[in-house]
Amino acid sequence: MMNIVENFDLFAPRLINKQELLSSGHRACSGCAEVLAVRLMCKALGENTVIASATGCMEIVSSMFPTTAWRVPWIHVAFENAAAVASGVEAGLKALRKKGKIDDRYIKVVGMAGDGGTMDIGFQALSGAMERGHDMMYVCFDNEAYMNTGIQRSSGTPMGASTTTAPAGKISSGQKTWKKNMPDIMVAHNVPYVATVCPSYPLDFIRKIEKAKSIKGPSYIHCFSVCPTGWRSPSHTAISMGRLAVETGVFPLFEVENGHYRVSPDMPKILKPIRDYFKPQGRFRHLTAEEIDLIQERVIIEHKKLMEKAKYLKTGNE
Amino acid sequence: MAKRVGLEVTVAVAEAVALCRIDMAGVYPITPQSHIAEHLSNMVADGLLDAEFVTVESEHSAMSAVIGASGAGARAYTATASQGLLLMNELLPIASAMRLPICMAVANRAVSGPLNILNDHSDIMPQRDTGWISLFAENSQEAVDLSIQAFRIAEDQDVMLPVNVNIDGFQLTHMVEPVEMPTQEEVDQFLPPFVPHATLHPSKPVTMGAFSMADYFTEIMKAKDEAIRNSKKVILDVWEEWGRLFGRSYKPVESYKADDAETLILTMGSMGETAQLAIDELRDKGVKAGLIKLRLWRPFPFAEIKAAVKNTKKLIVTDRAVSFGGPGGPVFSEIKSALYAETTRPAIYNYIYGLGGRDITVHDFVGMFEKVLADTENSSADTYEFWGVRE
Ligand SMILES: Cc1ncc(C[n+]2csc(CCOP(=O)(O)OP(=O)(O)O)c2C)c(N)n1
Ligand code: SF4
Ligand SMILES: [Mg+2]
Repeated sequence: MMNIVENFDLFAPRLINKQELLSSGHRACSGCAEVLAVRLMCKALGENTVIASATGCMEIVSSMFPTTAWRVPWIHVAFENAAAVASGVEAGLKALRKKGKIDDRYIKVVGMAGDGGTMDIGFQALSGAMERGHDMMYVCFDNEAYMNTGIQRSSGTPMGASTTTAPAGKISSGQKTWKKNMPDIMVAHNVPYVATVCPSYPLDFIRKIEKAKSIKGPSYIHCFSVCPTGWRSPSHTAISMGRLAVETGVFPLFEVENGHYRVSPDMPKILKPIRDYFKPQGRFRHLTAEEIDLIQERVIIEHKKLMEKAKYLKTGNE
Repeated sequence: MAKRVGLEVTVAVAEAVALCRIDMAGVYPITPQSHIAEHLSNMVADGLLDAEFVTVESEHSAMSAVIGASGAGARAYTATASQGLLLMNELLPIASAMRLPICMAVANRAVSGPLNILNDHSDIMPQRDTGWISLFAENSQEAVDLSIQAFRIAEDQDVMLPVNVNIDGFQLTHMVEPVEMPTQEEVDQFLPPFVPHATLHPSKPVTMGAFSMADYFTEIMKAKDEAIRNSKKVILDVWEEWGRLFGRSYKPVESYKADDAETLILTMGSMGETAQLAIDELRDKGVKAGLIKLRLWRPFPFAEIKAAVKNTKKLIVTDRAVSFGGPGGPVFSEIKSALYAETTRPAIYNYIYGLGGRDITVHDFVGMFEKVLADTENSSADTYEFWGVRE
């Protein structure tokens, strides 16, 4: 099979919206894959989009008054409430459309936040908005820590990663807990569409965003967002790091439509060892061989669980 | 023609808000506010109110959702009390900085701890500096009228600020009183459709809630302060117009038998009517007693307060909240600082009372006057005292 990602230059102009709805000139670090993901998301969504953003890196880098990088309507209110704000925008637009106070074009309302703004402090607001069934898409840009405030741990930080509040030390090996499984929690909310994406796989990424956009109801996208600054990895490796996370099974790409699981074709049949993924990252440098083995074991178990779900909970026609 | 009906105040307020043709409400239940949420839902369920009622999972999300809806250009409403208002606190200065004309009822209730569901003003007082216009209702008619006026004030192009209407929990929210409900035509005439400055719509993309560093922050704060100060003119105009249309006039500071009074008492909210009875009783005994009621808390009506107390010798300020370790109740501090530069000013006394629903009777107000009048040397002026406390 032809690997279309390797022939990206050939395909890109036809496959990707040329409009830059997140303009250049923002203040993200060089090599930030999170801002790349946001840019791709905007391209996939198009201009009939309203975004409600949480406080965090993506908000700070894009909206320093009196400048803005946003060419779509965008609102930021606070850290923990992007989903609630988005649900209000959706309700407001719905009412105005119904009363004929605005034109009746379809507008996708999108809530976005980091892993902290989604999995920790914004968890309740997200759960509420998803449960209420608003017609909105929510995207978690997961860079696995509170980056904006200086690399503190979150419940999305992986086991063993060193952060500023779960540092590796003489008697500690960094993060002591397993990463919270946010996509499954969203599946448990009976959200019609849940998907994991990574900007290292732009075509898979765009397809899933387009799919989420087409859902008239809530959808949840979990985006693996490489952060060279926080992960202490070379900034030119952000794309390959995302690919390694997928190839090792650390971050599997899949989607769940009405409870049916589908693993993305980009997922390899045989997983690479996580060592390959850990090695270039300063945040894992302190880990011993035994500790890496322990994490490796868990990655394999989680991957098996996913494969089982994909096998037994697959979509009808596959 | 307006109809005179007997309604529970929460229900009357919900009906008034529906007359304002809100587009969206996001309300989370909390005693003694819940009947507002319930009645709004009922009206939506019966097709009597064409609005999106968002059943948020918290007051934090209630305020977040109305901010989002208002940003989208919708007329948005919420209501809360006590813990709910405190949970919203983080978002209140954001709503005002974003210049969103959100309206909110506060069914004033004591703040925990200990947990208490009854009335005082300890929920709204900590919100004083959030940049919201803050109004206090004394009776059901005022609760209804202010709830409608709130939208007109908030949405005025020269204001564009959120407004809260304070309605004493239980003592007022749960009263069944006769109230004149304006008709839909009357409200439509008084309240034109909301014309937002900018909205979250792809036809003209805007960025709302950008962050600011030290280079602009001070200017943004000053702009907000100027906006709320300037709102007073609009508030006065709106009240004047309301008086013309409905025959009920509103002032920032109301007075009762205050003109020749040597001793005045100041109340806020539902206590005014009880205090009025005390004034009558004192007048019968020959005491030159009078009453002033503070309706407009923010923007603070400095000129009206100064004028109202100009000729009085003693002023009793009542407070229904405590500023722990501070100079006295929050209203007292405000009045004192408002009068600081006056060459002649009354001796000011402060009684903190009616906390957590403690009943306040005519007898209590009479007692305050007697105590203050007995203090011929003004020796207990300028300090505060908890009224009716068991030692
Ligand atoms: C209520 C509240 N608590 C804490 C903060 C401080 N704060 C701002 S952003 C942030 C971390 C953001 O982390 P995440 O959501 O993962 O986004 P990232 O910056 O990593 O993209 C924190 C702790 C805040 N703004 N508000
Ligand atoms: S800290 Fe990380 S996520 Fe934030 S802008 Fe820099 S690279 Fe991107
Ligand atoms: Mg993060």
